[in-house]
Amino acid sequence: MMAPFAEVQAPVIDYEALSPLMATLGGSIVVLMAGLLRGRFVQTVLVPLLTVVSLLTAIGLVIWVWEPGDTVPIIEGAVDVDTLALGVSILFYAAGLVCVGLSLRADAPREAGWGEYYALLLGSITGMVVLAQSSNLITLFVGLELLSIPLYVLCATELRRRTSLESGLKYLVIGSVGSATLLYGLALIYGATGTVSFRGIATALAGDELSVSDPLLLTGIALTLTGLAFKASVAPFHQWTPDVYQGAPTPITTFMAVATKAAAFAIFLRLLESALPLAQLQWGPALAALATVTIIVGNVGAIPQRSLKRLLAWSSVAQAGYLLAGVVVGSRLGLQATVFYLAVYLIMNVTAFAVVVARERVSEHGDDITSIANLGQISPWLAAAMTIAMLSLAGFPATAGFIGKFYLIDAAVAGDYAWLGILIVVGSVISMAYYLRVVATMWMGRVELELPSVPRRRVKPVSGWSPEADLRAQPEVAAIALAFAVLTILFGLWPDPLFDAAREMGTSISALR
Amino acid sequence: MTIHLSIVLFLPLATGVLGALLPRGLARWSVLAGTVAVLAYTVAMLLDFESGGGLQWVTDDEWIPELGIRYQLGVDGLNLFLIALTAVSWVPCTLVAAFRHQDRPKLFFFWLALGETAVLGAFMAQDLALFIVFFDLMLVPFYFMIGGWGSGDRVRATTKFVIYTLAGSLLMLAGAIALGVLATPPGGEISFSLSELQQRAVSEGTQQWIVLLFALAFFVKAPLFPLHGWVPETYRSSPIATIALLSAVLSKVGVYGFLRIVLPIMPEGSQHWQELFIILAVFSILYGSILAFSQDNVRLVVAYSSIAQLGFIVLGIFAFDDKGAQGAVLQMVNHGIVVVALFLIISVVAARADGSESLAELGGMAFRAPVLATLFLIVTLATLAMPGSANFIGEILILFGAFEDKFVYGVVASVGVVLAAVYMIRVFQRVMHNRQGPAVESREIDGVHLAAIAPLVAVIIALGLYPHYVVDRTQNATTASIEGARSVGQEVAAR
Repeated sequence: MMAPFAEVQAPVIDYEALSPLMATLGGSIVVLMAGLLRGRFVQTVLVPLLTVVSLLTAIGLVIWVWEPGDTVPIIEGAVDVDTLALGVSILFYAAGLVCVGLSLRADAPREAGWGEYYALLLGSITGMVVLAQSSNLITLFVGLELLSIPLYVLCATELRRRTSLESGLKYLVIGSVGSATLLYGLALIYGATGTVSFRGIATALAGDELSVSDPLLLTGIALTLTGLAFKASVAPFHQWTPDVYQGAPTPITTFMAVATKAAAFAIFLRLLESALPLAQLQWGPALAALATVTIIVGNVGAIPQRSLKRLLAWSSVAQAGYLLAGVVVGSRLGLQATVFYLAVYLIMNVTAFAVVVARERVSEHGDDITSIANLGQISPWLAAAMTIAMLSLAGFPATAGFIGKFYLIDAAVAGDYAWLGILIVVGSVISMAYYLRVVATMWMGRVELELPSVPRRRVKPVSGWSPEADLRAQPEVAAIALAFAVLTILFGLWPDPLFDAAREMGTSISALR
Repeated sequence: MTIHLSIVLFLPLATGVLGALLPRGLARWSVLAGTVAVLAYTVAMLLDFESGGGLQWVTDDEWIPELGIRYQLGVDGLNLFLIALTAVSWVPCTLVAAFRHQDRPKLFFFWLALGETAVLGAFMAQDLALFIVFFDLMLVPFYFMIGGWGSGDRVRATTKFVIYTLAGSLLMLAGAIALGVLATPPGGEISFSLSELQQRAVSEGTQQWIVLLFALAFFVKAPLFPLHGWVPETYRSSPIATIALLSAVLSKVGVYGFLRIVLPIMPEGSQHWQELFIILAVFSILYGSILAFSQDNVRLVVAYSSIAQLGFIVLGIFAFDDKGAQGAVLQMVNHGIVVVALFLIISVVAARADGSESLAELGGMAFRAPVLATLFLIVTLATLAMPGSANFIGEILILFGAFEDKFVYGVVASVGVVLAAVYMIRVFQRVMHNRQGPAVESREIDGVHLAAIAPLVAVIIALGLYPHYVVDRTQNATTASIEGARSVGQEVAAR
């Protein structure tokens, strides 16, 4: 018997809503193809340019389809293109653009192949978008893997450096453990509720048949959160973070630090608050405990670090703890505070990493803290950018970090987690110890120990990049550092645009208080 | 609604930025002109001020509506003279710094200017969150000035200073946000405006822990025993202009916070901790006085005497008595001016002793420097609260306030007055008289320092002659500030 074709119903696809996703997916393919062409121009100019075009198109399309309010999932409930997903997508795209800028003169794409490098980057961004949009468990897992697998490769793209390879391998092994745990958790949630759709799960929990303290469900939630905690580098699942961050090429580290974190928190918010809001009393205290551990471990772990990349890795662990506070409370205010802080977190971390990139290419100390010694005299603008980033990460007023922390504490107190607010503050105090050390190294290098001032190197880069390249030879890195430093101050004094965006993103999950 | 306060507030910062854009040599003059302009503006404000007129020159604008933070400034009797103190202190310190060889001058004077803006902002703010923004912002310039232009183990000193201070002030931030959120009535908008918060009630239990967080921040800043751990290193390592301002002005922001924020908004909570805070204050008076007596470094004598003086001020505030609070405000102004003068004199003295600030190596400075000796003597006598000085009036008012209700503490605190005489006379004798130190060269005070110190001494004398100028203008505001806490105290006593 022949099955009549007419009976197979193709799902209705809302191409308009999916257009940003397709921009990066298509871009990834085009970039990969373009990379096959030989020729220096194609490799070093056309390929990055196509990547940038693809990302800018995606940003434009996001603005085009932006529509505040609760939306209906599309493609048979697989993805949910709402303002929460679109808003964090902008963060991914911005992180991608920054990564392209920082990679222009980096070793990694030259060694791994320009086409492949940028195609993987776009692929990973696509995965993040899928993850942030996912509205059922299957899409969630697909998104997570699509995000992770290109990143494993990207971490190892500095083929001639052993630590880069080690970093990729380590990330692969630990990431796979995380994914496996997550998958197991998803299966248990499915087993308990009998549905993979987030809305279905919420309905099942609201019904009489399933109690929120069902052991199968709780185990599922616990395993799922564990899997996501690996991605978000939440303690005690953070051990890979310093090693991988240090080993990976710095542009990729930058991208990972800001975009992966945003993706992980987007799915934290969506899963917990659209599928499991009724179990808030179950997962709330557990996440609060994780936040506590993360804040303390991250901040204490950062204190003895000499390598700037490791220091920023530990600091990113601590920041994940602050972000969790916004998730724990399970309120609309909490969601807004989380996405607000994600944006702020991106801005200040990009500033810091851009300075690290600029210095590690010029200094013989690599990413060691001595590479920025007396930077205040060598290149005051870079030092100013780094100082702003550090003060913002530490939460000084007149920087975006202050407003972000203010908002998070506000949300924590309003959600009856006042102690978590105080814990954020205690964490910030501990963090002074290492952020201020960076600042002091740049501006207050001791007179008696004054390092021989680094002579201005004026060697012109020979083939796009040379180890002797000085700041003038990499204007794009300095421009990124300065632009984001300015944004840090700007949003510290005038955060209204971010608040507006956060408020519109807060409308996306209607079940929230 | 006026713009005057905003002009005063941002003028120093504007001149600092301008200085950074001008050629190297001009930065200092730009900032100096800014501080002088602020002083002129403040004098005009003093003349224009209506005593008992409530908040004046109010500026009230939205800043971050989402968080309920308003850009709200205003001046009343409580902060009028503290703003004046800031303006008066910054001019001589900038002047002295301007005539000194300065490494990276643009940056130094930028930080100096930003410091003035931040301090003025903290004094003027009428919104709790805005106050905290400026309160924390003060740290940034001082962190860089101590770390970049200090001496000795300056990085360690400045890091310790910042961590100590921020530990307090970030906890205060958490407390303030909690206060704002918990005070919001159901369905109402969150607000940090001080006048609004005063209307809204928070339960007594909540007040208690929030007051404690605020007190932590203010006591570290003051500093009060036992939160003074940062003091010795910071005082020893700071550039002289910086430490003069830190000790004279920044220390007052904390105690001012009690009068402006803690007592009016959380009277029950303040009442709850009254006894503890008074004990800490009295302890600080004794501890500071005794340590001041045993120090060899002149700066540290002033440092520990400041701890004692701030103890007096806190005692006056927490006596919950009109006279006590009056005296506290007067004493804040007195102590500030005296300390600036003292530090500038120390820098003059040290310049004549090969940079040494150790009492053992100083001595015989007065031989050929009668003017310097006279100035120093006047400042010394004012510091030890000689009858006839405004400090005397201030301390007497504070002690009267304490005797009213807390007799025993008042008696113990009086010992501090005696000790002050002992350690200040000791310093004066060792520096000015005695045998001439090995590296000491007795020289008359130079023009720049004379121009910086003489006006301060004139203000000290003027305040001594006519302290009522301050008292009349501050009276209403201080009485209103402690009123809530006092009536709570009377209720508790009646029960």
